[in-house]
Amino acid sequence: MPGAEDTMDTSRARIGMWLFILSEILLFGGLFLLYCVYRYRFPAEFRSASTVLSVADGAFNTAILITSSFAVALAVHFLRLNRPKPVVDLLTGTIALGALFLIVKGSEWADKFAQGLYPSSPVLLARSKGEVLYFGLYFVMTGLHALHVFIGICLLSVLAVLTIKGRISARHPAVLENGGLYWHLVDIIWIFLFPLFYLIA
Amino acid sequence: MTIRTYILVWAGLLALTAATVIAARLELGRLSIYTVIFIAAAKSTLVVLFFMHLLEEKRLLFKLLLPIALATLAIFIGLTFTDIAAR
Repeated sequence: MPGAEDTMDTSRARIGMWLFILSEILLFGGLFLLYCVYRYRFPAEFRSASTVLSVADGAFNTAILITSSFAVALAVHFLRLNRPKPVVDLLTGTIALGALFLIVKGSEWADKFAQGLYPSSPVLLARSKGEVLYFGLYFVMTGLHALHVFIGICLLSVLAVLTIKGRISARHPAVLENGGLYWHLVDIIWIFLFPLFYLIA
Repeated sequence: MTIRTYILVWAGLLALTAATVIAARLELGRLSIYTVIFIAAAKSTLVVLFFMHLLEEKRLLFKLLLPIALATLAIFIGLTFTDIAAR
């Protein structure tokens, strides 16, 4: 059927992606609800527990994710201009930034483990109930987020290969656009995790 | 949207990140949590409108999906606190 692809509406692909994003918001939303309730009940414990985290590490990782989101936005921009070379370069840069985020996050976790702070550890259980809850939420929420970053890295790697092969192009942009939406979602979730865990003054 | 727009949004996001770190260091007391959440919401709005292209979205459905999800979440949290806060 000649011309069928031209008339294909990419909005169907987008609506599926947006519905997925909504389900992700409610997945993390449940955890944010738990966070709100426990922080409301244990404000002093949340404050004292948060001093263990390094604001500099958190701020650095925030800048990394924001920059990676910027790179993906530019990748989609160049795809629409039908320039695959910068698209692949920008996706490669995004993957590298995502990996750097995970390295920083991993070193932060390793640092907590070295201090004996991990779920159900004797050192942690010796602390007050509110602090145990803080660290429980910290490990679950940053862990779930890091899993999303890892999946995003795998996804963007596939998208970069598909762009090199010409399967993603200005005429077929939907997959990369949706991959970009996913990466921005991961960025937004971190934008909230950073102040909630690191910036309890 | 032009590359210049993307660069401005990126710079704005980095500036807001610096602002939120500084705001958290000030002794704002109870205002502190509201300040950092407000800045996080502002940053998310920038990402959604520009990077996720909701600003140039023409279909009403796409414009409404995200506010509906956020309103649902706000209702969850709000209703929970009518219980928690009254205990």
